[in-house]
Parts: sequence; C-alpha cells; structure tokens
Amino acid sequence: MKQSWTDYAILASASVLLWQVAYYFAGSEAITPPIETAQRLGVLMDGARFWEHARATGVAFVYAGALALVGGLVLGIAIGASRTAHEILTPILSTLYSIPKIMLYPVVLLVFGLGLSAKVAFGAMHGFFPVALFAIGAIRNIPPVLVRTGRVMRLSRLDLVRNILLPAALPEIVTGLRIGFSTTLLGTLMGELFASSEGLGFLLIRAMDIHNVPDIMALTLLLFLVATAVNILILAVERRVHSHGT
Amino acid sequence: MVSDADIHVALKGVTRVYPALSGQGEVHALGPIDLTIRRGEFFGVVGPSGCGKSTLLETVAGLVRPTAGTGTFEGKEIGDQVPDGIGVVFQEDASFPWLTVERNVEFGLRRADVDSAEIARRVDHAIDFMGLNAFRRAYPSQLSGGMRQRVCIARTLVTRPRLILLDEPFGALDQQTRLLMGEELLRLWRDTGATVVLITHSLDEAAMLSDRVAVMSSRPGRFIATLETNWPRDRDSRIVSEPTFGQLTSQLWTLLRDESKKALNAG
Amino acid sequence: MKHPALWRLVIVVGAVLAIEFACRAGIIDRVTMVPPSQMAVALVRMSSSAPWFWSDAGSTFQNIGVAITLSIVLGFLIGLVIHALPRLRTVLNPVLLSYYAVPTFVYYPLLIVIFGIGPASLIVMGAMFGIVAMISATLSSIDRIPRVYGKVARVTRLSPWQTALRIKLPAAMPHLIAGIKLAVAYSVIGVIAGEFILATAGLGRRLTLSYNEFDTATMYGLILLIFIAVAIINSALQHWEARIHRRWYQA
Repeated sequence: MKQSWTDYAILASASVLLWQVAYYFAGSEAITPPIETAQRLGVLMDGARFWEHARATGVAFVYAGALALVGGLVLGIAIGASRTAHEILTPILSTLYSIPKIMLYPVVLLVFGLGLSAKVAFGAMHGFFPVALFAIGAIRNIPPVLVRTGRVMRLSRLDLVRNILLPAALPEIVTGLRIGFSTTLLGTLMGELFASSEGLGFLLIRAMDIHNVPDIMALTLLLFLVATAVNILILAVERRVHSHGT
Repeated sequence: MVSDADIHVALKGVTRVYPALSGQGEVHALGPIDLTIRRGEFFGVVGPSGCGKSTLLETVAGLVRPTAGTGTFEGKEIGDQVPDGIGVVFQEDASFPWLTVERNVEFGLRRADVDSAEIARRVDHAIDFMGLNAFRRAYPSQLSGGMRQRVCIARTLVTRPRLILLDEPFGALDQQTRLLMGEELLRLWRDTGATVVLITHSLDEAAMLSDRVAVMSSRPGRFIATLETNWPRDRDSRIVSEPTFGQLTSQLWTLLRDESKKALNAG
Repeated sequence: MKHPALWRLVIVVGAVLAIEFACRAGIIDRVTMVPPSQMAVALVRMSSSAPWFWSDAGSTFQNIGVAITLSIVLGFLIGLVIHALPRLRTVLNPVLLSYYAVPTFVYYPLLIVIFGIGPASLIVMGAMFGIVAMISATLSSIDRIPRVYGKVARVTRLSPWQTALRIKLPAAMPHLIAGIKLAVAYSVIGVIAGEFILATAGLGRRLTLSYNEFDTATMYGLILLIFIAVAIINSALQHWEARIHRRWYQA
C-alpha cells in the first residue's frame, strides 16, 4: 500500500493528540504538552549557548560518522569479497554487534578520558557494526550470475566493480548507512551523557538531573525531529536506489 | 437428464471482477460461468494461462466470493466460507516444512470432531494409500516435489472429502511423474467415490483422467465447450494409446489454439 | 574453507592472549585495563565473596528476562494485529522505521515519573527498546509466508486464532528468530543502560560504582560477566536458528 500524505497527517495529528491526552493524565510533573514544548524549544534555540552545544554534538557526530562509515565500508567490503574471511569473521562481528556496547562505556572513558575523543569513539563504535554487517550482506547477496555475465562480457576489474557490483550491492549498503546513522547519533549522544560538559546529550542529562521536564521534552522533541528528518531523507535515497536495482 | 440429487456443484452466472493493481479500472477475471458437476464424476478444466481457472476453483472452494452469480455445493450456497466436505490440493507446495509427513497429514483433521483412534486410523490409511509409509518421520525438505504433493493429497484425504478440487497439482513435476501421479489420482477417485475437479494446463492429462473436460476461453474465462470422454471407470495411463485419445486431444487443441494465442499476445 | 569455527577460536584466543600480554608487559597501563586473567579472577571472587553480587546479578537478569519476554510476546501479538489491518500498517510505517532513529533513553525521565524508580521502569525501558524490532520482524516474516498456507488454513476451517498459532507462528519462525535475536539484544541494552542512568540497583549500577571508585578489577569482572551472559544467550539463539534452518532447508 502506498504511503500518502494523508497517512502522515493522520499519524502526526494522532501523535499530538495522544501527547495532549497523556498530559491530562500524567500532569505537568511528567509531561509538557505539545504547544508549550514547542515554545520552550523556541526559547532554547534562541539562546547562544544552545548553539554551542548543538555544534559540539554536531562536530562529534560528524567525526564519529565518518569513522563508522569509512571503517565500516572498508572492512565490510573487504570481508564480503572474500569467502574465507566471511566464513571466519562475520559471526564474530555479529556477536560483537549484539553486545550491549553500553557496558563498554566505562572502558571507553578509561581509554579516551573525558571529552571529544570519548564521544567520537563511542559514536563510531555504535555506527561501525551495522555499516560493516550490511555491506558484507550486500556483497554476499550479489547474484553470482551478474558476476558471470560481467566476465563473459570481458569487463575489466574496475568496470566490473563500478558498473555491475556496486549498483547491485548499493541498496543494501544504503540501508546499512541509514541504520548506521541512527546508531552513531545514539552513540554520540550517549557519549555526551557522562563524558562531556557540552553537547545536546549533556544538556539532556542536566535537565534530567534537576528534573526540568519542559527542557527534557523540548530537547527530546528536537532530537526526534532531527533524527526523523534525516532518516526520511536517507529513506528517500534508499527507495530510489532500490527501485533502480529492481 | 440429471436429477437434482446427482448435481454436486452448480454455478450460475458466476463472475469475478476485481480492481486493477494500477488503481485504474477493473480486471474482468472470470465468467459469467454456468456449470453443473455431477456427483462422483471426474471433471477436468483446461484453458489458456490467465483465463481464470484458479479463480473458478477457488470460487467453488469458497475461498473467493464471486462478484456476481451464485454457486451451490450439495444444494447449499457456497459463500465465502469453505464448506464442510471439500478438499483442495493447490499448485504450490503447501506442505508445512516444520512438521513431519505424519504430522502434516494429521493436520487435515485438526478441526474435525473425530476421536484420536479414528484420527490415527485415517492417517495410517492416507499415508499407506499415497505410498508414504517409508517417510512418516521425514520432513518435507527431505522429499522430492512429487512426494510433497503426495503429502498434500494425503492431508486432504484424511478428511474424507466428498469433493476434491485440484489446481494444477502436478505442475512442477516432470512428465513421467505426472503420468504416474495421474494414475494415483484415478485410484484415489475410485477408492473414495468423491467428485473430482481437476484444473490443468496439460491436455493429455485432462483427456486421460476426466469423464468430462471443459474448455475455457482466454480472459475473461468462459466455457467454450464441454467434451464427454466416455472412458471406463477403471482406466489408467495406458488409454493414451487408444485412437479415441488422440482424437480427443486434437479436438481440445483445436478449441484451445486460438484462445491460447490470444492469451499469449495479451502479455 | 575447512573448519571456520576452529579459525574463529584461534583468532579469539589469540586476541585475548595479546591483550593479556599487553597488559602484563605494561603496554596497556593498569589504570586503563586489567589483564583478562585478572578479570576472570575478579569475577570468580565476586561471585563467591561479594555480598551484593547475587542480589545485583539476580535483579539485573530478572529484569532482563521479563523485558525480553514482554518484547517478544507483545511484539509478536502487536505485529499480528498490525499485519491484519493493512491501513493501520501504512499509517504506522514511519513510526516503525524511525523508532530507532531516536535515542530511546530520552523517554527514561518520563518512565521514571510514571513507574517510579524501581524494576518496573527498567523492565519497561528494556521492553520498549526491544519491542519494535520484534514488531518489524513479525511483519516482514508474516509477509514472507507463502499465501497457499493461508488457503490451507481456510480449507481446514481453522479459526483466526488457530491459524495464527498453528500456521503463522511456525511458518514465520525462520525470519522471526532474527527479530528475536534483536529484541533480546535491545532488551539487554535497555535494562543495563537504565541501570546506569537510574543507578538504584543491579549490575549497571555496580559498574558505575566500581568505575567511580577506581576499582577497575571489579569493573572489568562485571563487564566479563555481562559479556559471558550475552554470549551464552546469543549462542543458544544461533543454535536454535541453525536447527530450524536445517529442518526447513535440507534439500
């Protein structure tokens, strides 16, 4: 069934409605209603300090994302391309992926100290695995008949990779990038919870500590909107790539 | 003249129309169809691809509600519930991969008000009848396509259906296996005394197995003609060497050739 | 490739030995990490003599257990319902896709207010984290069930509930297991992360405490414990998945 704008509208209005209803039930101790939250967010975003924090998170995220992306793709493609490597290493990667990396948090702090490098490390650690695992899957799932066709056409190595392998693998790789993006963001924010005195994660934990509900909700709303917006963007790219593939 | 008691299935003006996938217009898949099937007969249906043969079968089974017209089974309207007493064997492999052959066959009696001794008896009989004794504890993934279809047929058998519907059950099998499975189908028909409706794209198969063969047009499928084969009840695959067999299949092909061309060009 | 499992073992053991050596040789300093052997020793010591060990471990694993059960059972049921209502599915689709885009710990303060500081909050956190993975996996695995099974269900005249239990559930199993693995992993993360943040009880809290007190031996011992537990659960799930695959796809 096709997604129509009405569906998004229904979802958005239902969510806002539920939010308002939840407020009536839980009271202002727990929830700030939608309009007030939006207002509070506006106030926050007006302050100069806010943007310093946002920038700090952004910087850390970009570094972490770059590491996760490059590292994940390089390793993923290398492992995916070699049958031997795949049989030996992929289960190890899968197991590492399912370890709650949160428990390595203190280790990261010990190794990197407090500050930017810890955040970047944590974020990259989170994003690396989905990117790598999906890249491996993408390469392994390339139908062998495509490779054979390329060989029959006597394509050069570069040609084969560029015109056949890459387009065939691209959809799944992009899915990995999308999930990698979300997890890198999660990791970076979690890194900011305890390892830093700046960043949106820090603002969040500070608000949580003093139980500043309006701020908690305003920041949550902001993170939600940003994360969803980027996700929708990457999804659109993903859809284009997938439909070209089929 | 066929008396009312002898009519097992009757379709009047059955039509099936559904909205097109593209969202524009409708697809007229079937009909209008008028059909009477006699109790205990072996009724074959052939037709070009896409003519709605499967839709016809599913209408009789109660899996699909016709857009217009009525269908009755044993005098009662079929509706969109599968009536008691009908068994269906599908084209696709419907054996459950997570159950052994034994449990697969037993599954057919899941809803039946039958005590466990009777269940065991019927399962044993069906497995024995379909030659599956050596594979009782095997899983479908260990069996060939032909064996899996036998499992599905056995699963249908345990419910003692009075009407057995088969939708291209041997489609995925090779020619030799098909002929032998056809013989088994005849054996089953004689043994159970059930009415059998077989949808097939193989003219040979329809001609060999059926008492009557109906020929459908290309979409929207309608009956062009119904041929009587006049075979003896205890026939087997060796009737393919009878001269009348060749005449029959020629007749069928003459009727079908143009329709098949239309279907091919329709894309 | 002969015996990939053997090679894996070699690599893992080699890595552990390398770390052991690096720690003992001083390449990695004591403040940052203790040798793996000491982690094991610390864990054994904890389990036999630390007064808090069994209550904290018990608390954590109990919460994880309940969270996992909730994620899986509720996730499957909700997935079933959503699948049966295509319109609802279309509307909810963005939620399912973007759920993990938002760091779930932002909901923690809200949960604390509703459920208080205690096991209930932790369990809900774990369940909330895992449930959507299970719902998505349920939806996609039911999608893949061959349509003919549904027809067999109707010919056998099963009720909707019987169809769900006797056909949809077993037929969806191969793909469902992937969802179960994710739900388990996420539930563990949700509970432990919650214990970090809430810091009232459980292994997560112990971890934070030992970190703050510079008791790296205990800290790593606890990490080792959680790691072993997760590895065991994962291993069990892998075996189950392999068994199903063998039964289904032998040919």
